[in-house]
Amino acid sequence: MTAVVNVSRRGFLKGAGVATGGLVLGVSVPALDAFGQQVAPAQPGRLNTFVQIDPDGTVTITLTHAEMGQGVQTALPMIVAEELDADWTKVKVVRASAIPVDGMEPAAMGTGGSRSVRANFEPLSQAGAIARHMLLQAAANRWAVPVGECTAQDGVVSHGSGRSASFGDLARGASYLTPPQTVPLKAPSQRRLVGKPVNRLDAPEKAAGTAVFGIDVKVPDMLVGTVVHCPVWGGTLKALDPAPAMAVKGVTRVVPLEASFMVIGTGYWPAHKGAQALKPQWDLGDNAKNSSEKIDAALEAALKKTGAVVVDRGDAGSTAKLVKKKVTATYKAPFLHQATMEPMNATAWWHDGKLEIWAPVQDAGRERYSVAEAFNLRPENVNIHVTYLGGGFGRRIGLGFLRPAVEASKAVGRPVKVIWSREEDMTHGMMRPVAAARLIAGVSADGTPLTWDNRLVVPSVSAQLAPSRVRGGVDEISVHGADELQYAIPNQRLEYAMPDAGAPLGFWRSVPHSYNAFFIESFIDEIAAAAGKDPVQLRRDLLFRNPRHLEVLERAAKESGWGTPPGARRGRGIAVHESFGSICAHVVELSMPGDTTIKLDRITSVIDCGMAVNPRTIEAQIEGGMVFGLTAAMYGRIDVKDGGAVQKNFDTYRMVHMAHLPPVAVHIIEGGEMGGIGEPGVPPIAPALANAIFAASGKRIRTLPLADSGIDFA
Amino acid sequence: MAYSIKVNGAQYDVDADGDTPLLWVLRDNLGLTGTKYGCGIGQCGACSVHADGAVARSCSVSLESATGMEIRTIEGLGSGGQHKLQAAWVAEDVSQCGYCQTGQIMAAAALLANGAKPTDAEIDAAMSNICRCGTYNRIKAAIKRASAQA
Repeated sequence: MTAVVNVSRRGFLKGAGVATGGLVLGVSVPALDAFGQQVAPAQPGRLNTFVQIDPDGTVTITLTHAEMGQGVQTALPMIVAEELDADWTKVKVVRASAIPVDGMEPAAMGTGGSRSVRANFEPLSQAGAIARHMLLQAAANRWAVPVGECTAQDGVVSHGSGRSASFGDLARGASYLTPPQTVPLKAPSQRRLVGKPVNRLDAPEKAAGTAVFGIDVKVPDMLVGTVVHCPVWGGTLKALDPAPAMAVKGVTRVVPLEASFMVIGTGYWPAHKGAQALKPQWDLGDNAKNSSEKIDAALEAALKKTGAVVVDRGDAGSTAKLVKKKVTATYKAPFLHQATMEPMNATAWWHDGKLEIWAPVQDAGRERYSVAEAFNLRPENVNIHVTYLGGGFGRRIGLGFLRPAVEASKAVGRPVKVIWSREEDMTHGMMRPVAAARLIAGVSADGTPLTWDNRLVVPSVSAQLAPSRVRGGVDEISVHGADELQYAIPNQRLEYAMPDAGAPLGFWRSVPHSYNAFFIESFIDEIAAAAGKDPVQLRRDLLFRNPRHLEVLERAAKESGWGTPPGARRGRGIAVHESFGSICAHVVELSMPGDTTIKLDRITSVIDCGMAVNPRTIEAQIEGGMVFGLTAAMYGRIDVKDGGAVQKNFDTYRMVHMAHLPPVAVHIIEGGEMGGIGEPGVPPIAPALANAIFAASGKRIRTLPLADSGIDFA
Repeated sequence: MAYSIKVNGAQYDVDADGDTPLLWVLRDNLGLTGTKYGCGIGQCGACSVHADGAVARSCSVSLESATGMEIRTIEGLGSGGQHKLQAAWVAEDVSQCGYCQTGQIMAAAALLANGAKPTDAEIDAAMSNICRCGTYNRIKAAIKRASAQA
């Protein structure tokens, strides 16, 4: 149970420009980083999230998590407002500071793993409920009536006698009260806001163009710079003559770093032009020979060898006699880039031994410590102001894209905003790794799979970013989504190998689920075809131990009209996959006007997220995740040549556009433990699409992107 | 040398090289940051503005060539974000991260100029801007909502 503390007298939110004199409650939300690990040692009672009710009735909630499109800036205040019975039109949000307030714990700022709403639901519900109770008590005290006779609704406390008072009017009185330990939360049927579709609080400023993203930050006396990295990952800068850049109007400084250089000037264009004028001498190093061919050869070699055993269940020998047919397939997935619409950027100001950063970061709480360590500063002298994120998708984690701005400000002694060109962003990212799987299933005479043997080969993200998560040769971040097969197949084996890719790796929306769902949900389709079974029927037969998955499957089949004849040169494909605590299915219905051209006719999506806080956002996230996965499935591929990335911009790293999309319907199932929303829509679309192409054409594609097999939109 | 350009009805003298893309003049010289940098090669549309009423990708228009044009940015589209497309964007809850949306709105505004009521196919053909959050279907709904208004 979350402790809620009355901090009305401590003036926490003064810095955020909030009026005082009202009621302020603090709660402690678990401070997990984007990996789900604790940033700082647990200190019960330390506070990081605040709810304030001002005398004018405004309800202010500190937002600890980053808003990157996923809608936390609306969903988290909804949770408070629900239990508070606040007037939703008077609810506003201020961003939490990364620096401890009044000696308190740094905020729980890690934004990733589709975790924000799940982690905050209980503590924010408690905060809202306790604040409401204190307002009721303040009214009861004023009117000398029992608190049980007072009720709250839409920011007003009422009594049966006809008396009423607004929250704002009661806030000061409530601020002198001791919070109750716990207050019962509402039953789902009593909720008026949570579970209802609510429009985003950030919608108006994003439509007006006034929302401030990292790239829009303006600090007095600021310069603007850009960074150029060695084209080979791992290479270094040998020599640099700054003169050609200094000759460009507006360029004030060239800053060489170990493996990159920066050009700084009065604006982005002078800096960019200056950078283009330079002829750096790089020491390309050994990695200059790296290539897609070399990496693919390493994957192929690993596929031929026994890997570390992750899962070994059942006794395949005992059923060997029953196996009448073997199905074998090898699948591959490429490197992918997140390609956030807002290129990497950060603004830093190093002055008087203190460092201030303004940046679109997914995890300011963690980055505060990593910056402090990297630049030998005390954490209390580093603050990070989080802006809106123009997309995150896992890219805006880690020190990498903050470092150039800090180095720049350190070098010139002024605030500097460093903006990466799209080309730098795309060639020096943290990529979703390549992946391959060789799958073998043994099927009985009646078409039942009895054995499942998955040999998964993926270069390790954790080996680069979180080495402690590699144990016994297994990176848990690579095997999620493959290690707990949803299908009841008695004999299961999962092996894993992690060859080195010689490339920078990171998180990409849905992480390992993005490839594991493609491998598994394509292969189950192949088993169905080999067994002469309908793809939904085979899944139904194997999901009896997972009623939630089965319900998602049945709902998707029903809503998509599965079983009705699709017509000539048309087909439907389905995939079901659990990730981040939610289960998602997509059904793709498409036409193939040519042998390799497709037209998407309809996409039906079902999401069981256990409990829906804001269905309007959930629909958007599932549809948006689907589009993100669709883009990758159709076109996404980063190739490696001469030790660096080949694709540099959207002309070669192609995107799905509006014209490619069919109508999309998202259906939400509730009734279980709350799951995540930001990522689960991504994984099932690639296999659903490949399965639909198989259904329409008989062509089975096992390598992503589909464009590599000549598939494109008609 | 200084160039004189007209943006949102006001004339500005800009001291920058003539090859500076209009995008960076708007953002760094005039402080109009509603116009976004996405790709710099005219692929993504995040930097869309109107030049003499037609949609233009401001990363690919030089300062020199912008002189003499009537430039309109998202800041000059409607007063205080009140253009019917901006209202439709809010009503349809279009934005996710929101970074591309000002460019999307500018592209849509050019499409709806003179009271046009585009078909779905015409909207598809005109809206080539990239959105990584995948808001395309809600963008289309918002354009239709706005175009249905007189």
